Amino acid sequence: MNSVGEACTELKREYDQCFNRWFAESFLKGERGGEPCGDSFKRYQQCVQRAIREKDIPVDGLDFMGPNKDKPES
Amino acid sequence: MVKYFSNDTDIKNGWEHVVSAFWQRYPNPFSTHVLTEDVVYREVTADHRLLSRRLLTKTNRLPRWAEKVFPGNMARCVYIVEDSIVDPVAKSLTTFAWNLNHTTLMSVEERCVFTESADQPASTSIRREAWISSGVYGFSRPIQEFGLARFKSNQTKALKGLEHVLSDLHGEAAPRPLRDPVKEPLGKAKEAAKTLASVAPSTKPQQYI
Repeated sequence: MNSVGEACTELKREYDQCFNRWFAESFLKGERGGEPCGDSFKRYQQCVQRAIREKDIPVDGLDFMGPNKDKPES
Repeated sequence: MVKYFSNDTDIKNGWEHVVSAFWQRYPNPFSTHVLTEDVVYREVTADHRLLSRRLLTKTNRLPRWAEKVFPGNMARCVYIVEDSIVDPVAKSLTTFAWNLNHTTLMSVEERCVFTESADQPASTSIRREAWISSGVYGFSRPIQEFGLARFKSNQTKALKGLEHVLSDLHGEAAPRPLRDPVKEPLGKAKEAAKTLASVAPSTKPQQYI
């Protein structure tokens, strides 16, 4: 799948591979300790955050699950 | 005026498989309208829950009558934020997604909760809710109707896409990374989209949805 930053797709794939492995083999099994993909995540984020700024995508400053706050419990 | 929609469904895959597939569901033959996908925030909380934010861009397909009325909207794609919380102890995944642009035309907010099925073994229950509204004076009703129709169709595609990705795991005991994230051949995706078009109800032209 492509990244919104054309130059970031390869970095995204590298990070995704690391994350998916950690998610299935560690996180879901209850292993504590953070995600070991910090380096690849950093490289990926540097690229994609720049692309987001350049394309003026208004994703900054949004509360996590913001619009969910005014919704009733499911 | 807000249109509310909710739907419950079960899929015959274990919760861990479903949640692993959730991160890998793009691209799939039913997601040709999804252009890009990026994780823009991630955090493991002290109580071992995973918080994530994904940014998606999708094509903005409108019915012809709306294209004529709102020509400016054709130029840009739709930006969608999808926030999610994975709780591996409670075995729940909650997602909340909403569009950042074209909001005056239509605002779609969607919440999904994935949990282990209470009564069916090795199955996952999905509860999907949507709130659809339009702020355009004089057009809000037809826009909301269109929005709801498109949402339902996208919901079907989303489920089919997730099941397609999950079918790679059929028979496997433990979840694992499904595949290398290599881009699907474009021809294959187009072919699958055509197949979908041929079985779609004839009252709804495929291009709108």
